[in-house]
Amino acid sequence: MREYRLPQGVVVAAPVLLPTAALGAAFGVLAEPLMGSTAPIVMSCLVFGGSAQFAALGVLTAGGGVTAAALAGALTNMRFLVTGFAVAPCLRGGRVRRALEGQAVVDTSFALAGRGDGTFDRGLLLWSGATQFAAWVSGTVAGVALASRVPDPYAWGLDVVMPAFFLTLLVSELRRHWVPAVTVAMFAAGIAVLATLTLPAGAPVGVAALACLLGLTMNRPRDETP
Amino acid sequence: MTAEKWWVVIVVLGIATFGIKAAGPFLMGERDIPSRLRPAVLLLPTALMTALVTVAMLRPTPSGSLRVDAAQCVGLATAALALLLRLPLIFVLAAAVSATVTFRLIT
Repeated sequence: MREYRLPQGVVVAAPVLLPTAALGAAFGVLAEPLMGSTAPIVMSCLVFGGSAQFAALGVLTAGGGVTAAALAGALTNMRFLVTGFAVAPCLRGGRVRRALEGQAVVDTSFALAGRGDGTFDRGLLLWSGATQFAAWVSGTVAGVALASRVPDPYAWGLDVVMPAFFLTLLVSELRRHWVPAVTVAMFAAGIAVLATLTLPAGAPVGVAALACLLGLTMNRPRDETP
Repeated sequence: MTAEKWWVVIVVLGIATFGIKAAGPFLMGERDIPSRLRPAVLLLPTALMTALVTVAMLRPTPSGSLRVDAAQCVGLATAALALLLRLPLIFVLAAAVSATVTFRLIT
């Protein structure tokens, strides 16, 4: 009898499933008073990006207009423009199929799929993306259904899990690429701080991600495949 | 029409997000990354992770100044320590959560 093993992408995404669901629930709780029960769930399905959804919701709750809200969300997702080009070669099929497969990219799935040498693992990307999607939407449903009875993720410190997870991956990248990576990281941090001060919400991450372009000015980082 | 404001946002943002994520793969097609751009792609995860961690430590204020989220900083500093000690992921995350919760409880 064949042994069934979970796809690798599901396994590596496991540590962040609970925080993702909790964040989705937090979104559901915040959005339900404004949008009702259906809209937040649809939004989580169509947009599939926590920060973008929170950004847009924030604008709407503060009384902002459609354009401002949509812009806030789109600006937040701009980082995926860059990541899209980076993961493109690992996908399969023609343009259209790759465009569809590229929808699996979120912060977490992108981070998990990286092999550390500039290439990305398609299986990890698609499976962790799918898993994140399931957790995110389920969380939103729970948040909408339970509303104020959902425990506060901030009280349980769950809001630090995602950043801590990203920090873990960052440290492994720093260890792998050392000087070029530390340099890029310092610039990315600096740009992120400046951008938070000067640019609208959501933009800082996307803009700071461009610090990777500094890599073009340096000698070839270690581990680069020719 | 104000009752349907958020639906317009959801649809527009949904389409925009699809386009943003689709652009790279669609435009690249079956081509590979140009070799002179490889060093940038190599360091993209570094830049992105750094940005995400940095932003998590900040709380934006409407007046354009910065507020640091102390609880997150404490949690992430603890995580950094755990990482330096090469502890497994589960301990890193548990340490971060414990530190953040404790900090919020005592302040």
